[in-house]
Amino acid sequence: MQHLKFGDIALIIFATFGVIVLSLTIWTGAAAERAIIRSGGKIFLEVSLSKDQQISVPGHLGISIISIDKHRARISSDPSPRQYCVRQGWLQQAGEIALCLPNQVSVELVGRDKKYDSLNY
Amino acid sequence: MQGADTQLHSERSDSPHSASCIANPSFRILHPDARDHHIARMAAVALGLTLLENTIPSPLPGVKPGLANIVTLIVLQRFGWRVAAWVSLLRVVAGSLLFGNFLTPGFFIGLAGALCSLAVLAIAQHLPKRAFGAVSHSILAAFAHIAGQLAIVYVWLIPHQGIAYLIPIFAAAALIFGIVNGLIAAQFLLRFEPNHQATKISRRS
Repeated sequence: MQHLKFGDIALIIFATFGVIVLSLTIWTGAAAERAIIRSGGKIFLEVSLSKDQQISVPGHLGISIISIDKHRARISSDPSPRQYCVRQGWLQQAGEIALCLPNQVSVELVGRDKKYDSLNY
Repeated sequence: MQGADTQLHSERSDSPHSASCIANPSFRILHPDARDHHIARMAAVALGLTLLENTIPSPLPGVKPGLANIVTLIVLQRFGWRVAAWVSLLRVVAGSLLFGNFLTPGFFIGLAGALCSLAVLAIAQHLPKRAFGAVSHSILAAFAHIAGQLAIVYVWLIPHQGIAYLIPIFAAAALIFGIVNGLIAAQFLLRFEPNHQATKISRRS
């Protein structure tokens, strides 16, 4: 490898390490702390994930039921015809979101504090 | 490539030919010198590589090998940063005319990437030559390229934090293609020692 000088190899190792760290920090995501429940585009309720509970949310078509269990949240029942948001299952990480478009209900998980609005470099 | 010569010369109002132009101010006769031809030739090679690259299907828009940057790297090493900047920017503008995306979002994304990587190369070229070669330049330029592109995409096109999820993919692609392009450039620089005509041109600049 006569094309690679000492500094090149050091930079490759450093950059590889950087890419791995970047992937881990961006993709694993922060632990979710709260769930923001929206109905008809407005925030209906903001609840902590630490307390297990079931919440009934009135939407455009009817009532959606949101379950919170073991720091996870899911939409357990919804009147939307295709049931996409119900089939999405449990949400665990901050930033995950389940949308029931026909019923205009959504659940979004957020971390304790939003460390950043966006990531850029 | 005529555009390169025109622009180069419009900067030099004190050229020996300007006297003949005064008689008829509506005409400006441009006399491209060997350096202009050289830049145009290098940009044409870069353009050819861009064309080649566009035939390769990409899994994700924006993930491209960036083969034209090999030319930029070689030119940087041999002829300095100014010539490399000319070649790189000419390639972006002429390439966009060729593919019909001049002044479209794609053009500005490419331009931002090129400007960012040129800025980084301006600094990186001063790294100690003993330890850092074309591969280092290539990796740093690739990261700068993707950073500039993502910045434009975020600020202008998709101001949503969701694009952060794509950063690792782009960064990994930048690293891999940066290494590959750098190795190709290093191999070229080693295999083809500077010919005499080319070194003469670089001394004049």
